[in-house]
Amino acid sequence: MEWLSEFGAIAAMQGFNGLSVFCVLLLMALGLAIIFGQMGVINMAHGEFLTIGAYTTFVVSVLTEQYAPFFGPYYFFLAIVLSFFIAGAIGWLVEWAMISKLYQRPLDTLLATWGLSLVMQQAFRSIFGAREVSATLPEWLMGSWNPTEAIDIPRNGLFVMGLTVLITAMIFLMLYRSRWGLQVRATVQNRVMSRAVGINTKKVDRMTFALGCGVAGVAGAAFTTIGSTGPTAGSLYIVDTFLVVVFGGASSLLGTIASAFSIAQAQSLMEFFMSGSMAKVFTLSAVILILMLRPQGLFSIKVRK
Amino acid sequence: MDSPTRFLPRRLALGAAALSLLAATVFGQMAVAAEVNTTGLAVTDTEVTVGQLHSATGTMAISETGSIQAERLAIEQINAGGGILGRQIKIIQEDGASDWPTFAEKAKKLLVGDKVAAVFGCWTSASRKAVLPVFEKENGLLYYPTFYEGLEQSKNVIYTGQEATQQILAGLDWIAKEKGAKTYYLIGSDYIWPRTSMKIARKHIENVLGGKVVGEEYYPLGNTQFGSLINKVKLKKPDVVFTAVVGGSNVAFYKQMKAAGVTSAKQNLLTLSVTEDELLGIGGENMDGFYASMKYFQSLDNPNNKAFVEAFKAKYGKDAVIGDVTQAAYLGPWLWKAAVEKAGSFDVDKVAAASPGIELATAPESYVKVHGNHHLWSKTRIGQVQADGQFKVVFESDLIEPNPFPKGYQ
Repeated sequence: MEWLSEFGAIAAMQGFNGLSVFCVLLLMALGLAIIFGQMGVINMAHGEFLTIGAYTTFVVSVLTEQYAPFFGPYYFFLAIVLSFFIAGAIGWLVEWAMISKLYQRPLDTLLATWGLSLVMQQAFRSIFGAREVSATLPEWLMGSWNPTEAIDIPRNGLFVMGLTVLITAMIFLMLYRSRWGLQVRATVQNRVMSRAVGINTKKVDRMTFALGCGVAGVAGAAFTTIGSTGPTAGSLYIVDTFLVVVFGGASSLLGTIASAFSIAQAQSLMEFFMSGSMAKVFTLSAVILILMLRPQGLFSIKVRK
Repeated sequence: MDSPTRFLPRRLALGAAALSLLAATVFGQMAVAAEVNTTGLAVTDTEVTVGQLHSATGTMAISETGSIQAERLAIEQINAGGGILGRQIKIIQEDGASDWPTFAEKAKKLLVGDKVAAVFGCWTSASRKAVLPVFEKENGLLYYPTFYEGLEQSKNVIYTGQEATQQILAGLDWIAKEKGAKTYYLIGSDYIWPRTSMKIARKHIENVLGGKVVGEEYYPLGNTQFGSLINKVKLKKPDVVFTAVVGGSNVAFYKQMKAAGVTSAKQNLLTLSVTEDELLGIGGENMDGFYASMKYFQSLDNPNNKAFVEAFKAKYGKDAVIGDVTQAAYLGPWLWKAAVEKAGSFDVDKVAAASPGIELATAPESYVKVHGNHHLWSKTRIGQVQADGQFKVVFESDLIEPNPFPKGYQ
């Protein structure tokens, strides 16, 4: 009987692991889904905006440790908010200086943002050094929660999960329940007509891009709890991020969620029965197969052809 | 006004005198330099040029920066002590940029263009394999600092780090004896070094220690999700988790281990790939109590190491940390100096021939000796991670003979 309860515990933890991977993928992909899905801009520097969030968290952590140790347990919330605004502000600047000139040439946005990502990586290296750094986590984020003797649910995983739900809900409300969201969706579907009815599409574009970058910053802050921060940390995530967005069907938020969920569960399940590298190969093959059958991704907005 | 032509003969005479003087010095110098150099290397009466070939940019810069610093420190110290055979060492540094073809190209530039007498460089096996044919064809001399998988030996390379059997066997022997370990879980990043290391480890566990490998897994470089793996470790409950995960993946791995409750209180873990450098990123509190098998730790307690650590921190700041490879890189210039002085020449063939048997009693790791197979005799130590990001040495082996082609382990 003992092995059965043990097996149950492992199944529970493995299920949690799948959910946790799902949240990580979703958090990475949300910002990109807004920028790529809504605006059609291929932002190769998305990973670097994530890194900005991670470094922001690191800096806040170091400053807290030095100047305000009593703030230690709570600094993480401040770090998340700051990550959002700093990454968002830089995104706003980038849109103003670069992206806004390239809307008619999507392939050029790819090249330009790829160049931007290299510049940003070098900037990180110059400012923070080539070595990986790590924010000191508050005590309450470390360790695990034990509902029973055999089950360990990592607290940082729970935290990332909660944050993902919150961010997703907020984005949903903004895009589908607010006036601004309506303007965004209108601009995406027909830019000329939107301008004709009095929508300031330039402003909408800038805000959308900044929002996407801000969400990437939050993701970066969240990932300091589970991974490392280095100049090239962002480039580790970028492939998975595009995978999720393209698989989900670029312009659909629901698609992004469904895609992150299925990729994460497939990955997590296969990892348990085979080695890590093989699981990745199988997941990628499955995604390619499904994309061959459904080129527009899992979900897509129906358009008249 | 005098016309300039009136002075021409005098000028000519002056010029000729100066020229002959110059020629005399040049040929005179060549005559002296030729005694210690018969193959046209960049050696003059006062200077000898060496190359430094590491990644100062790209993904490997994180690791190789320490090697660059240590080699520079050693060369500075040698110069301050009067240089080699009365010559000051001049460095030409090239950037391999974490790109293996670039490494090969820069190696060729250093050997053919700059005629350097020796090169200190490379970090990954991939970069070493890329430059190896160049060094063999152009007959250069490379001092390579990283612990690596073995299965290689070249008359043009001196390996100053450990090869696989030195690092692995002593570590496994220790943990089997000390912790009574019977079952092992092997984990690595997915490329040649971890795979070869684990192959050797598995043979040793199964054939020598009489233990059992209950799992063996590899994850892609840069992987940050170890949840499933950690669950499998929990399910199988191995006596020892034996890892060779490299780079930033380590941070994710140990943070997630700690979050999942797999700490040193419940689980023995022995790593081949976490030095003080990686520990800086992981955070000592996330690895507290786990073990690493290396030949060098910054905390080694001997006078050589005290002086080394002090000099390193004086030059690169008090927060600088020194890992295993950094120390091995520091040995390069000193071993070269000893071999050149023994040979009485900078010629690559003579220096290579003089290298076996060279001893270094001043090495920070305490003592090393060059073997006939161009690897070093060295001790292997087990360090236990402390919360402050340093290692406490809990075991030290005898001097171990390098064995890059181990019989029965392949």
